[in-house]
Amino acid sequence: MSLIPMAASDAAIIGRRNAIISGLSKATSHGTLITDESGLRTFETDALTAYRATPLAAVLPKSTAEVSRILKFCSENGVKVVARGAGTSLSGGALPAMDAVVIGLSRMNRILSIDYLDRTATVEAGITNLAISQAVSKEKFFYAPDPSSQLACTIGGNIAMNSGGAHCLKYGVTANNVLKLTMVLMNGEVIEIGGDYLDPQGYDLLGLAIGSEGQFGIVTEVTVRILRKAEGARPLLIGFDTAESAGACVAAIIADGLIPVAIEFMDKEAIRVCEDFAKAGYPSGVEAMLIIEVEGSPAEIGDQIDRLKEIASRFDPKTIRISSSEEEAAAIWKGRKSAFGAVGRLSDYYCMDGVIPLGKLASVLKQIGEVAAEHKLRVLNIFHAGDGNLHPLILYNANNEREKIAAEMCGAEVLKLCVDAGGCLTGEHGVGIEKRDLMRYQYSDADLIQQMRVKSAFDPQWLLNGGKVFPLDLQAKFAAVA
Amino acid sequence: MADVYMPHDEAQLADLVRSANAGKYPIEICGFRSKRAAGRPLKPSAVVSAMRLTGITLYEPGELVISAKAGTAVHEIEAALARRNQELAFEPPDYSRIYGQEVLAASLGAIVAMNLSGPRRILRGAARDHLLGVRAINGEGTAIKSGGRVMKNVTGVDLVRGLSGSWGTLAIFTELTFKVLPRAPESRSIIFLGLADEAAVGVMSAAMGTPYEISGTVHLHGPLADRLNSGDLGPANTAITALRLEGVPESLAYRAEKLRRELAPFGETYEIDHQRSRDFWAAVRSLAFLSAEFDRPLWRITTAPSKAALIVRALSPFFEVNAAYEWSGGLLWLELPPSSDASATEVRRVLAEFEADSMLMRAPAPVRESIEVFHPLSFSKMKLIRALKAAFDPAGVLNPGRMYAGV
Repeated sequence: MSLIPMAASDAAIIGRRNAIISGLSKATSHGTLITDESGLRTFETDALTAYRATPLAAVLPKSTAEVSRILKFCSENGVKVVARGAGTSLSGGALPAMDAVVIGLSRMNRILSIDYLDRTATVEAGITNLAISQAVSKEKFFYAPDPSSQLACTIGGNIAMNSGGAHCLKYGVTANNVLKLTMVLMNGEVIEIGGDYLDPQGYDLLGLAIGSEGQFGIVTEVTVRILRKAEGARPLLIGFDTAESAGACVAAIIADGLIPVAIEFMDKEAIRVCEDFAKAGYPSGVEAMLIIEVEGSPAEIGDQIDRLKEIASRFDPKTIRISSSEEEAAAIWKGRKSAFGAVGRLSDYYCMDGVIPLGKLASVLKQIGEVAAEHKLRVLNIFHAGDGNLHPLILYNANNEREKIAAEMCGAEVLKLCVDAGGCLTGEHGVGIEKRDLMRYQYSDADLIQQMRVKSAFDPQWLLNGGKVFPLDLQAKFAAVA
Repeated sequence: MADVYMPHDEAQLADLVRSANAGKYPIEICGFRSKRAAGRPLKPSAVVSAMRLTGITLYEPGELVISAKAGTAVHEIEAALARRNQELAFEPPDYSRIYGQEVLAASLGAIVAMNLSGPRRILRGAARDHLLGVRAINGEGTAIKSGGRVMKNVTGVDLVRGLSGSWGTLAIFTELTFKVLPRAPESRSIIFLGLADEAAVGVMSAAMGTPYEISGTVHLHGPLADRLNSGDLGPANTAITALRLEGVPESLAYRAEKLRRELAPFGETYEIDHQRSRDFWAAVRSLAFLSAEFDRPLWRITTAPSKAALIVRALSPFFEVNAAYEWSGGLLWLELPPSSDASATEVRRVLAEFEADSMLMRAPAPVRESIEVFHPLSFSKMKLIRALKAAFDPAGVLNPGRMYAGV
């Protein structure tokens, strides 16, 4: 695919590659610098695999001090930098450039401290999301945000994108669960943002830094809140004849004052693909299915399930299945969390991330189907219905040029539908390169210029993760007046 | 006296700011002026109040979202939400009392400008966590928006959170959109009497470490407890530690019983419920446990809960400390005897040994002029704060100096 243009590379920087590598080798410890072609291949792309670039070099630092030295060197030499966690970004957030150095945080993956009384954990930014929950699991605690890629994705990447997940309906997204960051600014200065406490008075630097897509600094250490697990949790599956009924049921649940931990939606094709993959016992022969999870004591779970069944009954459900064991519950979630992977075994796909007001669920789903049909493409819908965060998966064949272009055009139209419905372009995947040029559909130039000025406050040289988030022409205009 | 302007709409407000920006004269931004005595004293050329920017502009109970103009009174929003059994789950607190105001209410804009959250913050998050979208006027008089009306939004730089807690020094809010949640039908509280501070923090932290969803914790020294205790809660001058549970009655009964059993090693407990429990937490939320005497310095300190009692103990040799612990110890209110510097020297020296944030929430103006009201920041961070100020308000016209000199 080549619809999304890349920022022009700086030939002068590329021409100085040898000198830059020699400088980097002085700033880094032994064995952290990668410069050979095969080694750099790992860093060419992220989970938006249609776009690739070989960076000047990659560095895998082991400490905050090392990150600081690298950034200071790059800043002094005007070299661009792209931070990378596990490279699972679906929006091209970790895509490198030919004139940039990749700083991978994967070797900074230690747990530094856990405090159960104060309910916090301090970790290095390269640790995986799931490893944090696993480390505190024996004391029945967990780290709440749970992106589907949690087995691989890093907390540093989660902070860059302000990641969510299925359970954020109740527990919130990354920004609601992080207390403190150690961040290295582009000039090498190390600052601590927030603390091991809630809500200091003053500018919310934490709020600005989380979701800044690697544009403000490189996060090396993180203090997160950990929460005590509920006594129990149980998912139930409800199948419907139409997507409209499922959508209306979600709105009715929320309107009734019930906030489950998660409400996930799958359409017919998604159900089939995930069932084939995970053998989760999903119903066949229904057009749409909701996975709804409730938490609490056995009696509390029972009461909530009774209420959910009563609400669902108004929408003519075809099947209602309540998981009866831990294994069954695990299989239900395995099916959902491996959905993107399962689809990926069958076809190339382009994953959207728009958000819409809940009341528009049924109508927007219908429109998405129509848009896909116009482009002669198939689309699967798997998403977080409770908070209106859609993930239409547009299927295409990467070897078919027409389909590749049609998929991107279809995706852009789908996101515009979301904005038209009162929603937004991205709920948890970030803008990256993918939605960069759609930003004007949601924001005015004045809005975007204000955001760019904030970026300049953190990174006055604009060396961090360039060519992303903001439309390229606006970046050029901004650079000209700044 | 500076002139007071009360624009009727966003366009008028933007005009006022553009004039100030062109003339480079400082303006004070306010809502109902209930917290005018907080922060560093200002010397504005003009005062701009958002109090005529009022009214709910969108309310979709089924989508858990409400939007209102920034000058709308919090109680007006809450009344509208209550009619549909919903609420702002972060429990916006009412600080009118501590500034000696009788009836003045807070505006939505002020709550967000200070990122103020009540007792339920520990379970449901802070004001800024419930804020979905903002419209505002920056220091150049340009209208900007960020976020929107949907529950999840990572589209671009998060100016929604970025503007929260900025005390009107970056932009003036004109419209705010919040996530709302269903209101729990019942409230029930478990009370301990006479606990020492360390034990009380132990109880509160242990409770937060259970799966029973505690929605408020508070520990009050005897003299502070007396202000909420009309004799029915326990003997006079006795510390009170309270834990709140909210939900449907069957679940509350179950959780209260489990909790009392698990916390039995900490001492005897009793319960208050229904209206008495609601009244108690309404009093906590309006800080009715604090003195309304304006010359008594009041410090707001946030820290890791396990450090809170240590901080109070470290300060106790210097003067009489009346302390209240909210958020399981994470939010500490210190009421100190009057002094020329509000005891800032001792407070900040002691805090230097802990990781904590301090703000002098109340003191006479000459004191607030002479000491740092907000927690002193490192050189690097202060540089960043100044750069952010310049990014929104290059001429420095919005509330200049309210937080830090020159910002």
